[in-house]
Amino acid sequence: MINAVNRAIPDSLLKGGRRAFSGSNARDGQTFEKKGPRVRICEKPFESKVLPSIREAVVRCGLADGMTVSFHHHFRNGDFVVNLVMKEIAELGIRDITIAASSVGDAHDPVAAYIEEGVVTGLQTSGIRGKIGEAVSHGKLKTPAILRSHGGRVRTIEEGEVHIDVAFIGAPTSDCYGNARGKGGKSDCGVLSYAMVDAEYADKVVVITDALVDFPNFPPSIQAVNVDYVVVVDSIGDPRKIASAAARMSQDPRDLLMAESCARVMAATPYFRDGFSFQTGAGGPSLAANRFIEPLLIERGIKIKWIIGGITQPAVDLLDKGLVEMIVDAQDFDVPSVRSVNSHPRHFEISTSQYANPANRGAFVNKLDFVILAALEIDTDFNVNVITGSDGVLRGAPGGHPDASAGAKCTIIVTPLVRGRMATVCESVVTVTTPGECVDVLVTDYGVAVNPRRQDLIDCLGAAGVELTTIGALKEQAYEIVGRPDPLEFEERIVAVMEARDGSILDVVRQIRPFAF
Amino acid sequence: MFLSAQRPALIKDAYIYRPDTLMLDLEDAVAENQKDAARFSLYHALKTVDYRGCERMVRINALDTEHWREDIRASVAGGADAIRIPKCESAGDVLTVVSALEAAEAEFGRGIGGTLIACALESPKGILNAYEICVACPGRMIGVAISGGDYRSAMQTSYVPGGIEMLGGRAHMIIAARAAGVQCFDTVFTDLEDMEGFRAEVIQNRQMGFDGKSIISPKQIAVVHEIFTPGEREIRRAEKIVRAVREQAARGVGVFTVDGKMIDIAFVPGAERVIALAKASGVYKGDL
Amino acid sequence: MNILKPAMAGTLESSDAQITVEPAEGGVELHISSSVLSQYGRQIRAVVLDTLARLGVEGAFVTVVDKGALDCTLRARVECAVFRACGVEADYPWGGAIRP
Repeated sequence: MINAVNRAIPDSLLKGGRRAFSGSNARDGQTFEKKGPRVRICEKPFESKVLPSIREAVVRCGLADGMTVSFHHHFRNGDFVVNLVMKEIAELGIRDITIAASSVGDAHDPVAAYIEEGVVTGLQTSGIRGKIGEAVSHGKLKTPAILRSHGGRVRTIEEGEVHIDVAFIGAPTSDCYGNARGKGGKSDCGVLSYAMVDAEYADKVVVITDALVDFPNFPPSIQAVNVDYVVVVDSIGDPRKIASAAARMSQDPRDLLMAESCARVMAATPYFRDGFSFQTGAGGPSLAANRFIEPLLIERGIKIKWIIGGITQPAVDLLDKGLVEMIVDAQDFDVPSVRSVNSHPRHFEISTSQYANPANRGAFVNKLDFVILAALEIDTDFNVNVITGSDGVLRGAPGGHPDASAGAKCTIIVTPLVRGRMATVCESVVTVTTPGECVDVLVTDYGVAVNPRRQDLIDCLGAAGVELTTIGALKEQAYEIVGRPDPLEFEERIVAVMEARDGSILDVVRQIRPFAF
Repeated sequence: MFLSAQRPALIKDAYIYRPDTLMLDLEDAVAENQKDAARFSLYHALKTVDYRGCERMVRINALDTEHWREDIRASVAGGADAIRIPKCESAGDVLTVVSALEAAEAEFGRGIGGTLIACALESPKGILNAYEICVACPGRMIGVAISGGDYRSAMQTSYVPGGIEMLGGRAHMIIAARAAGVQCFDTVFTDLEDMEGFRAEVIQNRQMGFDGKSIISPKQIAVVHEIFTPGEREIRRAEKIVRAVREQAARGVGVFTVDGKMIDIAFVPGAERVIALAKASGVYKGDL
Repeated sequence: MNILKPAMAGTLESSDAQITVEPAEGGVELHISSSVLSQYGRQIRAVVLDTLARLGVEGAFVTVVDKGALDCTLRARVECAVFRACGVEADYPWGGAIRP
């Protein structure tokens, strides 16, 4: 059937209660019962949960064929944990494992081999890149991968749609009982937001650390009461890739042109008033926008109340300068943000549920004023694609994009009109990852377009003298520059399902067909 | 704004930064063994890309190379708006180029005289001959520009903040341009990190009477536009002068004061020029 | 035009294309690799063949390594390579065999 973003969802997928996407707030007001884990009573006192090896932990957890394991991605491209664990699982001869990670990336290329070998036959994740992305796009994964936003992942776990048998939680520090923190140690990642839901809902929880500290390791991100075992390894990751050096503010004139445009758009809306809230993505123009917002804050004598999301240096700078009152942090990307969450009294760690879960009684994104995000593609319905590249291969991550877009009062997508020979603004995106109804303004290097649904924004931007064009005109300009592309060709087989926040199906990704003349 | 005609990534959409003139460079930005490649890229860019109202000027190779003739053919065939002659030293140089332009315009069916010319003065001789260069071809001459790098070398000086080493050259060129009734442009500022130094130089350029500036990066555009665009106060004063002179002239009065300063009819052309520039820059909101 | 010797034009920079032209008998053999093959493979082939045809090239072995070049850049690079391969260095037919 055709869903609310005009995507054809095969009936074969709409079985067992699965629905097609029918709008952003379709499940508002519904109730559900949270599906808790099966847990072990540890009534008899004991001293330590530390096991000598990951292998031992895997065995003691009773991991068997067909089970689901989970991981977080706070270590980003510096992560060792996924590979360490999967290696043991493979060597133990366990098969048909589903990996339910908050994201996987280039650091996890070895998993592609496990997919080919049938060790891993299911994958649920937000991000998917590198060899895993290629393997899935080429149809090597036995079951369709499920792609979700960060908020959607929390909901699906709470609703019991995915049942995590064993959660493996890498932690920069842990005590012998499993009180784990994102702070300190050799591989400080600041926060462990993504792993919090795993700790509460997985049947078995294993904390893996490279810095065992005294009990109690307080205040914990992951509570010991939810942890079965602790394993100490030499290294949970490469610190330089976990917290990168602060990215140099983009000097690219195009990024700066677009960033300035973003700031002007924001300042022209009624939401740009004292105490507004704000989130940016981590791309060049998004980060550069912070620099152009600063003088506007000072000029108008206003402050930002809270900044949320994945945190980077520009946000920390605003906090240090007193231009933002507090940061609520769901992930740290660089050294300055890690330092800040460790030491600044108004820089707080929050869970992914608090950040973006659509199924709780009100996540932070619901109160968000502005979000500035990027896009691989955006079509004339304002639907955004951040997951499939121009060649149709899975290479990206919805992340918090769908969540923040759904919640923010003013969602701004900032992107160049074309990237090389690829039209960013196009007729129809390859895969819908954020529905157009959630996207309000598009800022490009060729002009600004507002979603026709937001006449209020069209009016206030016009009144402020911001020149506007239409998305149709931008699309035509894009195709005029690069030429109209041939459509990508795919096989019938579905290799991934893109879920909306509420679990309905937004789009499907099919196996790519290699190009032939 | 200068850019290499040889770099596809740059020439396809540099107009998004809204420079007034795009200088498509076949000379210094292009390696000796890529001069032919740059010409092909130039021709196709000129014919295909919609530059949205930016003037398209081509800097050809110098007249002592083997490249300039073909550069002119490619530029005229492509429909360039103007040619920049590097290292121009005499009226003879200008006439040599005019002759080649006429031949090309005839060959490629463009109106004779349609391609304009600007001359870069890069040596002491060029500066000394500025006036004869400025008046060499009245129909086509946009104006002259001083080129700091080569000029400073030839003068055996180097860059000094404050511009004393360029003072003589700049002044002579501006005087020649004004006497000839053509435009004059200042040289590029190469330190992209030193925005304060750049701003100071542009302010000095404006004060000395330059019409504009050559730049090498989009990040320099805003400063130039800001400094060369008449400000609110300047526009108001210009309006007052124009209105006051008209009123007073109707009463037969030739000299009077506006805001405590002596004004007579000699001030009118300057005031009208400010208003014209304000209109051209899109900032004029009055009714004169 | 007759291809006399191998020649190359263009770079591997983003938005450019590197074209290599070599002499060959009987027809044009074209090999294309591209960073945007799925979407523009056919278009690239069409533009390259059309440019060669306009230049009157009948026998050549042409390799295209494309990094997302627009049509105008492809034409420019093919023409440059062909003229180099034919040893031509002046009096190019602008607006004639060379046109957008």
